[in-house]
Amino acid sequence: MKFDTPATTNPIDQLKVIGKPTDRIDGPHKTTGTARYAYEHHEEVPNAVYGHVIGAAIAKGRIASIDLSAAKAAPGVLGIVTAENAGKLGKGEFNTAKLLGGPAIDHYHQAIALVVAQTFEQAVAAAQLVRVKYERSEGKFDLAAVKDTGVKPKPGLGGASDTAVGDFAGAFAAAPMQFDATYTTPDQSHAMIEPHASIAKWEGDKLTVWTSNQMIAWSVGDLAKTLGIPKENVRLISPYIGGGFGGKLFLRADALLAALGARAVRRPVKVALHRPLVTNNTTHRPATIQRIRFGATKDGKLTAIGHESWSGDLPEGAPETAVGQTRLLYAGANRMTAMRLAVLDLPEGNAMRAPGEAPGLMALEIAMDEMAEKLGLDPIKFRILNDTQVDPEKPERPFSQRNLTECLRTGAEKFGWKQRNPKPAQTRDGRWMIGTGVAAAFRNSLSMKSAARVRLDNRGMVTVETDMTDIGTGSYTIIAQTAAEMMGVPLAQVVVKLGDSQFPVSCGSGGQWGAHNSTGGVFAACTKLREAVAKKLGLDAKTAVFADGHVSAGGRSVPLGQAAGPAGLVAEDAIEYGDLDKKSQLSTFGAHFVEVGVNAATGETRIRRMLAVCAAGRILNPKSARSQVIGAMTMGAGAALMEELAVDKRAGFFVNHDLAGYEVPVHADIPHQEVIFLDETDPMSSPMKAKGVGELGICGVAAAVANAIYHATGARVRDYPITLDKLLGHLPPVA
Amino acid sequence: MKNLHEPDQMRGDFELTRREFIVAGTAAVALTALPGVGRAQPAATTSQSALPLTKVSFNVNGKLRELELDSRTTLLDALREHLHLTGTKKGCDHGQCGACTVHIGERRMNSCLTLAVMQQGASVTTIEGLGTPENLHPMQAAFVKHDGYQCGYCTSGQICSAVAMLREIKAGIPCHVTSDLTARPQLTAAEIRERMSGNLCRCGAYANIVDAITEVGGKSA
Ligand code: FES
Ligand code: FES
Repeated sequence: MKFDTPATTNPIDQLKVIGKPTDRIDGPHKTTGTARYAYEHHEEVPNAVYGHVIGAAIAKGRIASIDLSAAKAAPGVLGIVTAENAGKLGKGEFNTAKLLGGPAIDHYHQAIALVVAQTFEQAVAAAQLVRVKYERSEGKFDLAAVKDTGVKPKPGLGGASDTAVGDFAGAFAAAPMQFDATYTTPDQSHAMIEPHASIAKWEGDKLTVWTSNQMIAWSVGDLAKTLGIPKENVRLISPYIGGGFGGKLFLRADALLAALGARAVRRPVKVALHRPLVTNNTTHRPATIQRIRFGATKDGKLTAIGHESWSGDLPEGAPETAVGQTRLLYAGANRMTAMRLAVLDLPEGNAMRAPGEAPGLMALEIAMDEMAEKLGLDPIKFRILNDTQVDPEKPERPFSQRNLTECLRTGAEKFGWKQRNPKPAQTRDGRWMIGTGVAAAFRNSLSMKSAARVRLDNRGMVTVETDMTDIGTGSYTIIAQTAAEMMGVPLAQVVVKLGDSQFPVSCGSGGQWGAHNSTGGVFAACTKLREAVAKKLGLDAKTAVFADGHVSAGGRSVPLGQAAGPAGLVAEDAIEYGDLDKKSQLSTFGAHFVEVGVNAATGETRIRRMLAVCAAGRILNPKSARSQVIGAMTMGAGAALMEELAVDKRAGFFVNHDLAGYEVPVHADIPHQEVIFLDETDPMSSPMKAKGVGELGICGVAAAVANAIYHATGARVRDYPITLDKLLGHLPPVA
Repeated sequence: MKNLHEPDQMRGDFELTRREFIVAGTAAVALTALPGVGRAQPAATTSQSALPLTKVSFNVNGKLRELELDSRTTLLDALREHLHLTGTKKGCDHGQCGACTVHIGERRMNSCLTLAVMQQGASVTTIEGLGTPENLHPMQAAFVKHDGYQCGYCTSGQICSAVAMLREIKAGIPCHVTSDLTARPQLTAAEIRERMSGNLCRCGAYANIVDAITEVGGKSA
């Protein structure tokens, strides 16, 4: 199905099942421990042995020698895979560094060996007996130090390296009100609770891998490419994923090494990255240095907007695209953005929840507050004043929907913004200095091809198959809701099977593109199935009504099961897109409101209230969508207050590489959170009229916290995370 | 409910943690090498010769289970890899995340922080022992109702932790945020948040989890 004209009325608009806050259909399994994750397929693979990954102990250099003799002789050891004995390996399209290093080492904890043994304990113990001699070479580990060596990155998903409209330099110089500040965001870790894990099994030259992966088709391709075997010989199965956040978008060392280990020992092998290895072995969100300049008229109209960002990555890597949202978020005739990418020999930087916008808005939305203060304007008023309904770079191109102003106004009303004293450091609650902050949220909505297969059997059961993944996003449930709505059956009549490369290729989970595209694919397949049902019964597909488990037309009504007959009916289709997303800009919008208390004596910040208002098209399931948003707000709170991978700039690695050292929000850090979805449909986005929310929810949160801290204390911190040491010297004297 | 202070309920408070135990034995699980330094030769040669298996038996979800295990096997791995009770999750294996929380007797414990052989005779309850998809425990049902999870990987730990945590409040055990140590702790959001802070949820379902626990706690109070 080609989606190239705006959606008109379709069966989804009935909203009998779609749009309802349905409990997740996978909930009873997730809450009873019966949902099987990657490492847990005992039934399918009863005889797997255990692999333990060894990571490089240097950041850059070479392995001079590896002595495997003691490890090989250790009890239970079946084999050891290294680059030396693994055979010729390629590198995945989506990988920057090789997943199995040696002799050259590209980053700290790059995998250099897999020890396979009968038991987990034996594999771990034997790995300690592998003796590696390294030749270390100099590396670059300090972004601030190498910033000026940055070059223009190749244009990628995040757009051009440099953009310019009008005359930024001239307009900025001429502006009566100017602002120029530099912000930093640190390296961050996905820190999903399930570590990367895989079980690999060979049958002849056919490989099956049970894994934890967001993008099945990408990873099938990259595993085949790395192993040098045809894609057809690789099957990936990933029905449940214990969190991804971008960290499981790609093939990683667990899957590759499990496959190599299984080939070497001729047994199925299971590999989970041990927690201390995950951070440096896998990808992370790269740190940025961002400079933001605004020129404005005295009454607060932006005339010049400039945003530059510096980040680093391994050679051939990509930048953190932190300037993207600045091209679209606010009006202003003269504008520029620029990204520069320096070489850093730290582990590979890559996508983490809302890559680009998350760190970009951390800076931009503080800058907007600072500018508002300079202008003597309320920060909400200032944002609304500079709202735009068209792409500021191409005024002939409108946004498909843009309710940013309404998000800000609705939130202000709900949050009690009117009562706010605009002056900072004025409100006390005992030893707590109280402040409130706001930030805009913005994230693009991407159109991606997505396919599904739908079966109807003689009991009237509808089974959906697609390689779409559910990483906690609620895919199972919204796909079931879509099929139920389309086929006119109750939710209990729908079975959803996901995450298997034998199913049609979906959009996968990433970039908040999962919800509207994957359900769009199911919509397309169900449309075909409806046609097949009607055709079989000799009914007119256009006028046939699918409701209550029956198909009815021309005075006839037939139960779906009967229509399907003993052989059943199958339909497969994909949603594909035309250029609607070129003609108009598809984005999602929101506003975050936060209240903090900052301890007047210690500088400790506690978040007291959080509210998000989102405008993101039709909300397919308000319950799971709300969870996506509160989860993202929680991660945003982490970004504001605690999350930072500490770089050892001498040895070249992230020091706090486990869940104790890398602090993420815990229960005690998160207050009651409220989410409001504006009632919206976007006919330009897909037949579902929906867009994503999972990443919108994190965009701007950290800045709202930062702005609230400033409002509480009068201390402006431009370097994340805002830990108490950065506040202490700037707090008002304790009475 | 049993008094938590009865000696047979104190099994969870074992004197020797897994970490201490291993440090006292060999350095076999020091997983991270120092940069630029070759791996040190282990002092002892214990890992060169096959370790004898140790017999251990404990009760899991009401069933007596007898196992012969490598003595280095954690309770977590005994459950997941030997008994195939994979509902209990491994997030970190180091006591940092709470995904592996089970009950030993009435009390919650990170099952990655105890060796299986240390639980001889113990009574272990895992998420599978609380309820099934067809017959959910009230806490499991409340998690479904309040969407107290997303990816589901921390969920078993959150639920096991929550069930035992309510017992702790009921038993009058105070925590860091209990303002009056002489009064009975109340089932407040602050108490729940503090007591549940050993269970990380990176998906950030905290607000929903607190709602679920509050509902169940309110009913049983
Ligand atoms: S696995 Fe036991 S606390 Fe993380
Ligand atoms: S539900 Fe994913 S970590 Fe809690």
